[in-house]
Parts: sequence; C-alpha cells; structure tokens
Amino acid sequence: MATDAYEGVIGLEVHTHLMTKSKLFCGCSTAFGAPPNENVCPVCMGMPGVLPVLNRRAVELAVRTGLAAHCEIAARSIFDRKSYFYPDLPKGYQISQYETPLCKGGYVDLPSRGNGEPRRIRLVRIHLEEDAGKNIHEANASLVDFNRSGVPLMEIVSEPDIRSAEEAGAYLRELRAILKYIEASDVRMEEGGFRCDVNVSVRKRGAEKLGVKSEIKNLNSFRFVEKAIDYEVKRQIEVLESGGKLAQETHLWDPVREETRPMRSKEFANDYRYFPEPDLPPLVVPAAMVDAIRRSMPELPADRRARYVRDYGLSDYDAAVIIAEHEIAEYFDAMLPGLKNRKSAANWVMTEVLRVVNESAKPIAEAAPKPAETGALLRMVEEQKISLHAAKAAFAAMCKSGKGADATVAELGLAQVSDESAIAAACDALIAAEPAKVAEYRGGRDKLFGFFVGRVMNSMGGKANPAMINQILKRKLGG
Amino acid sequence: MAAAELHRLTIADAQSRLRKREISAVELTRACLDRIHAVDPKLNAFLTVSDKEAIEQAHAADRRLAAAGAPPMCGIPLAIKDIYCTRGVRTSCGSRILETFVPPFDATVVAKLRAEGAIFLGKTNLDEFAMGSSTENSAFGPTRNPHDLTRVAGGSSGGSAAAVAADECLASLGTDTGGSIREPASFCGVAGIKPTYSRVSRYGVVAYGSSLDQVGPFAKTVRDAAIVLRSLAGHDPRDSTSSSRPVPDYERALTGDVTGMRVGVPREYLVEGMEPAIENAVRGALGRFEALGAKKIEISLPHTDYAIGAYYLIATAEASANLARYDGVRYGLRASAEDHIALYERSRAAGFGAEVKRRIMLGTFALSAGYYDAYYLKAMKVRTLIRRDFERAFEQCDVIVTPVAPTTAFRLGEKMSDPLTMYLSDIFTISVNLAGLPGLALPCGYDDKNLPIGMQLIGPPFSEESLFRAGDAYERSGAFKPRRPAL
Repeated sequence: MATDAYEGVIGLEVHTHLMTKSKLFCGCSTAFGAPPNENVCPVCMGMPGVLPVLNRRAVELAVRTGLAAHCEIAARSIFDRKSYFYPDLPKGYQISQYETPLCKGGYVDLPSRGNGEPRRIRLVRIHLEEDAGKNIHEANASLVDFNRSGVPLMEIVSEPDIRSAEEAGAYLRELRAILKYIEASDVRMEEGGFRCDVNVSVRKRGAEKLGVKSEIKNLNSFRFVEKAIDYEVKRQIEVLESGGKLAQETHLWDPVREETRPMRSKEFANDYRYFPEPDLPPLVVPAAMVDAIRRSMPELPADRRARYVRDYGLSDYDAAVIIAEHEIAEYFDAMLPGLKNRKSAANWVMTEVLRVVNESAKPIAEAAPKPAETGALLRMVEEQKISLHAAKAAFAAMCKSGKGADATVAELGLAQVSDESAIAAACDALIAAEPAKVAEYRGGRDKLFGFFVGRVMNSMGGKANPAMINQILKRKLGG
Repeated sequence: MAAAELHRLTIADAQSRLRKREISAVELTRACLDRIHAVDPKLNAFLTVSDKEAIEQAHAADRRLAAAGAPPMCGIPLAIKDIYCTRGVRTSCGSRILETFVPPFDATVVAKLRAEGAIFLGKTNLDEFAMGSSTENSAFGPTRNPHDLTRVAGGSSGGSAAAVAADECLASLGTDTGGSIREPASFCGVAGIKPTYSRVSRYGVVAYGSSLDQVGPFAKTVRDAAIVLRSLAGHDPRDSTSSSRPVPDYERALTGDVTGMRVGVPREYLVEGMEPAIENAVRGALGRFEALGAKKIEISLPHTDYAIGAYYLIATAEASANLARYDGVRYGLRASAEDHIALYERSRAAGFGAEVKRRIMLGTFALSAGYYDAYYLKAMKVRTLIRRDFERAFEQCDVIVTPVAPTTAFRLGEKMSDPLTMYLSDIFTISVNLAGLPGLALPCGYDDKNLPIGMQLIGPPFSEESLFRAGDAYERSGAFKPRRPAL
C-alpha cells in the first residue's frame, strides 16, 4: 500500500518564553546572555525556606495569548508542583499548572491556501510554568547555570488536528506571528526561548480511530519539528506496512543524523506526583482584568491578512508573506499613506525591503529606510517623476546612506525627464542619425521600435519618461 | 534583681527597665549568655550560640534605647529555632544534610526582629526538619526537659521551649505544623502560640508542610507571647499566602475580663487513656474560667478521629516535595558519586535521618499515580470536614479549651521505637493546623512527677486577641503558680 494511503495525526506542545523583565516567581532579570549564575537569588536557586511570588505581567501576557487564540480564560486557576529530580531543577519540582490551566480551549486559524477556507487547529490549553536552569557538561564535571531558572514559560498545547509536517510548520509560523503581534513572546529559538514536544501517530485516511502515538521531545526549531515529523510519520508507516506493531514511546530527535531514536524508559518514566502548590493561592483573574486586556489587544495577524486581501486586493499569498513578521506588516502599513497602488507597494516590500532585511540580518528599522521615505520614493514612481529602475537605485542608496527619498533622487540625478520638447528633440536627433533603420521600420519591421526607445533613453542618461518616449516616437516614426 | 538574675525577666519587665536605663541590653544579653553556658550543656537546647554577634547587637540596641522611641523588641534577647534562615549564621534544621548551610538571607520574621533591635542569642535544637514530637529526631542529640533531665522537652521546637523554661532567653521562636510549638510549651511549662495560618510570614522558614506550617513565639507569660507576636505578624510581599489584615496591638487586648466569654469543651477530646492529672488540671482551669465569668458549653468536633490520618498524608505529601531540593547540587551535604543519580541517592541517604526518610516515603507514596485520589485527595476532603467542625463549633462558643497533649513529658527513648504512639502526642493539636486556626498553649498545673501540664485555647481565624485575653486572665487569676525548674 502506498504511503499516501496514510495520514499523520499530530499534536504539538509548544513552550515559549514570555517577554517579561523579571522571572515568574522572583525579581531576577530574564535577560539572556549574562555570565553564568548572575541573574539568580535565593528563590530561583531553591534555597531552603524561600517562597514564590507570581509575576503579574506574566499572567497578563498569558491572558493576551489566550484571548488571541480564542481561549476561555479561567477566572480561577491553580498552580501545581511537578516533581522530578534533575540538577538544573533547583527545588526538585517545577511550579506548573496541571488540572486547572489559565486558558482552556481555543484555536489558531492557519492562512488559507487559496481556497478561502482557513485551516483551524484547535487548542487544548495554555498554561504558565517556570523554566529550569541549564546543565553544561565539561570533560570532568557538569556545571549548572541557573540564570534561566524561573524564567516564565507558556505551554501551548494543540489538539491532534495537524496532519503533516508542512501543516505543523504553518501552525508554528502562525503561532509565532500571533505571539509577536501581541508582544507576549519573541520566540527566540537561538536563545532556547522556544521548545516543542510533538505527538505523532498515523492512521489510514478516513479512519476515525487514532494510531499508537510516539512523543518526540525537546525540538528547538521549526525546521527540526518539520523534519522530525516527516521522519516519524515515514517510520511509523514503514513499521505498519511491514506488518510490525508500534509501541507508545518517547523519542529524541538527533539533529545530526536527522532521525528520531527512542529514549530508554528510565529517561522518561517519571511519575510527576502533581499536587496543588501550597505556597501560591489560586490565581484569580477578574473579568475586569480580562476586559482591560481585551481592549488593549492589537490587530491580530489573521485579521490583518484578511484586511489586506479585502481592502488592498492583495493575494492570499502576498498578504501572508507580509503579515508573517509584525515589523514588516507595520512597515508596509506605514508606507501606504499617499500611495494609490497598494499591490505595487506590497511587491516592493516583498522584493526590495525583504531583500535588504534578509541580506543584512538586521532588524528592519536598521536595515531599511524609514517607511515614510520608502513610501515617498514609490510615490515618485506613481507620479512618473522617476522610473522604477531609478527607484531601485535610489532605494539601495537610501539603505546605505540613511538619507531621504527626495535628497537621494536629487543627489543621484535620477529625476525623470518629462519635458516633451527635450524628448522630442532627442527623438528627432535619433531619426536623423539612423535613416536606414528608420526606413526599415517604416517598411514594416516593427521590432525595431524597442531599439529606438533604448537609444533615446540612453541618449537622455536613462532619466526620460519611458511612456512619453513611446508616445513621441510612435508619432514621429509613423509620420 | 541582681545582674546575674536578669535572664529571669519577662519581656514586659525588661522593656520597662531597659527604657528607664535601669539595665542595659548588654547586661541583659550577658546574663542570658552566662545562663546558656551554665545550663545548656545539660539541656542541649542550643545548636549554635552567637556570643560575639549577640553582644554586638546588644551594644547597638543600647545606642537605640538611649534615645526615645526604640521599637518594642529592641534589646530583648531571643533564641531562634534552627529552622529560620539567619543571614551569616548556620541554619541546620537539625539535619546532617544542612550541617554546614549558612544562608545568605534572613527569614522575614528574623529581618523584622533584627530591624527592631532584638538580640539573637543563637539557634535552638529541633526534630530534624521539624518532624517529630520530642526533639529526639535531631541529628545533634535530643534536648532535655529542664524540669526533668531524663525526659524529652517535646517537639519539634523542643530547644526553643526548653530555652525559655530554663531562662536561657526571654523568649524564643518556634514553628508549628501539627503541634510543634504547643506540645513542647506544654511539656516545658511555658506559653506558646501557633497563630492563624497566614498571620505570620513563612518566608525563610524552612518548609515542612507548607499548608500547615506557622511561625510563633514561646514566652514566659501570655503577655510576653502577645508582645512578640505583634512584632512577627503582618503581610509579607514575599509570602503570597500571608494575610494583609492589619495586626492588632495584642497587648491592649489583655484586659483581664472574660465575662460572658463562651468556653467550648469538645466531648471528643477527653480521650480514654489520658492521664487523670491532665484531665483534672484542664477541668480545674475550666472551673477558673467559670469563676472569672465565662460560660462553659459542651461542643462536638465529630471528625477529630480522622485528623491524625489526614495530617500524616497532607504534611508528608508536601514534605516529600519540600525536601526534594536537598540534593547535594547547590548547598549542604554532598556525597561523592560518579553521576547525578548516585549523587542524589548517596547525599540523601547520608544526610537525612530515619524519621525524615519515613515521611518522605509516606508522602511520595500518597502522591503517586494511582494512589493520589485514595490518599492525598481524600485527606484534603477530611481537612475540609475538620474545618467545618470548627466553624460549627464557633457558632456556639468563642474559644475552645482542651489539653495540649494526652501525656506530660515522656522519658527519652520511650517512644522512639514506635512512631505511631509518638504521632498520638499531637492528637489535640493537629486539627488546629488542618483548620488553619490559632492555638495558644499555656501551663495549667503539674502532675505528681512535678511535670508541667498545658492547656490549649483554640479560636476562630484571627482571634488571637481573644486567646491572649483569656490566657492572660487565667494567668493573672493566680490559679496556678509556675515553678522554676531546678537546674
């Protein structure tokens, strides 16, 4: 039986750092990159007798996320202790939420792929928990850095609604866009601020019953998530097709060999012995707080995408590309005042702006000119003051110099010549200089028209208004 | 009073004499330190004595006392149970695993007392991690009862109780999870209060059973206990479970007037096998309350029988997590080992005593998959029933009077081989922790062996003023003459 007789049934558990200044249960800084054990205190070091005090901002950010994902916000939720021994876990338990999470249900709609129907991935829950420290293994010793201990984490658990690695990738990108739009998390994978556990099973297409799942732990990039799912789906199908049986297992992804391998049962067979954290009273989120947060919510990626398609006439694809990064979408919106053609503005963003951002690997504010200046430049194109070609040259110069559109166009002498008499004079000169070619053209070789346009443009240093050249040449050559 | 006798002063007396400059904080502190050096070798109430620091603190206190407006605890020498984190002073919890642990921070109550200018004489002995009823579970030897050196001081705060009874300090701090202040207070013949849960910050007090632990003082009189509690109590931003209710001036509640107070006597608390001397002493105290104008009412606390069972599930479950941090990685005892699993196993095997291991195992079991509902969850339901018992009782009465313990101080070693009998020592005190209520222990007589007997006054949440008023009225009525132990 062919591979495509099967479908994957995939659920993701995403852990992501929240953008708070201080840790979840103490006042220590969450800044990344400090020397080891610099951002620590008795609380996040698990000293005897210390007690946790919940960070209000972390709760607000989790509620923002819950609202963005259409979750029900629990008026009363409970923190629990999750017990296990590991050197990077200072108290021997992690404060997390178990039976009563802060956010329940909800969904994330993935961008439509042209058929207008968004793909809906339902969520099980979103809860708050603290991160652990980090073990550093050296030749003869293992060291522990507790700077990360107590950094607020949000766990976002999806239903097994995802069907492929590609869809998992789309879900993660949409989730990242949401988190960045609402400024809850910057999803910094390179800083360990994003981790994902993946539950994968396969079943025959059309079957209702779920297959035996395996869990792949601790994937720290979108790419690894997609590769691990692809690998695991294929592996499971192969086992089933060869008449084998799948075991419910926990796997680790080996990014070097690009395969999953089962963990020894000792490595994950934990009984976490959850029980309510007696050091924290139940978390009560009053309706007034939820309302205030709701009122402070920005436009979400899905809404902005819909707006671009509906109001600006962008394609689904173009809208998705532009909204994917919040800063890009903000840049696009800030360019638009005074511009008539939003589609060409969108094209400009997707080609010129994204190129300089990607090539420079800098934030857009440093890599590209101010959006109003880029807008001004495009307006000159719309008003036929400069050619598109000249605009590209000006844009490149503006990225380097930081100067404005007007100044750059003037400095480089790129202003388009729309003086009819000047263009007519250049056309006359060319016709006089090339009598043979003119005769050929008039004799029916239409293709030569491009040659004349090019020559006129060259003779005017590339700055002539091309539409006017066309118009004047047609008139003169036709006569 | 001769300078050598200053250690016998109550806080109330010392406060007035310090302010009148009749005595200095240094003299008072020296008298206590001398007393400690004279009698503590017999008692083993102290694990650490901080002579030098105490004298330095006394000099600083004298400077503050020279001006007007020194805080109430300024210049008062105290002993602190060795379960409170004290900056720069070892905090062992009576355990090998923390034998070398020196905290870099003060518990909130220690910081408050320090800010008031109190003198810290040293750290007192306890059952390891406050698990026990006799202080025999200390890794550093038991504390002996000042009234009879062959007997226990009670526990787990036995060192703090004995230190007050032996006049080694003016007052001390203990902790009470199931009776650990009230039972040793009773055994040693001093006053001790477990305040309402949340009344005093637990920050920096090493946790045993977090939902039950509460901080409180031992003192020579009820009035002194009221004075100390006022300085301890209050909201702490570092303890999310601490109450933000304003702290009353407890001393002002000591009017001596209990007219019309309804005193409840639970029929379930006069248990079989209780020593007759204890029953007589408590009945005598009830008679005295009636003579003072109070009204005796029989009440019922029907779920009392389930309290010990529920307690040993909840407290041990919480303890099993609370004690997980002692892993040899960051501080405390660390065994040498080839990997981290062996490091945990060996450090914890070597660092914890038998009772602590027993309770960690009990608690781990109670929380295990498949057992949680039958044990931990059921115990939490029992806890609710016990709380309701008290709520109903307090519809009928203002204060409940019971014995503190079914026996007076027992002999060293007598109950060590039988943990279950030992657990019964707390039968009258444990419900109070489960319900989060305040309980005041104060002496009300002696048995035929000259051992102190204590009674317990229990009130609704935040009724410490009523408890102090009743206890102080009883004390002042002269019904009972305290006897100084002969040491």
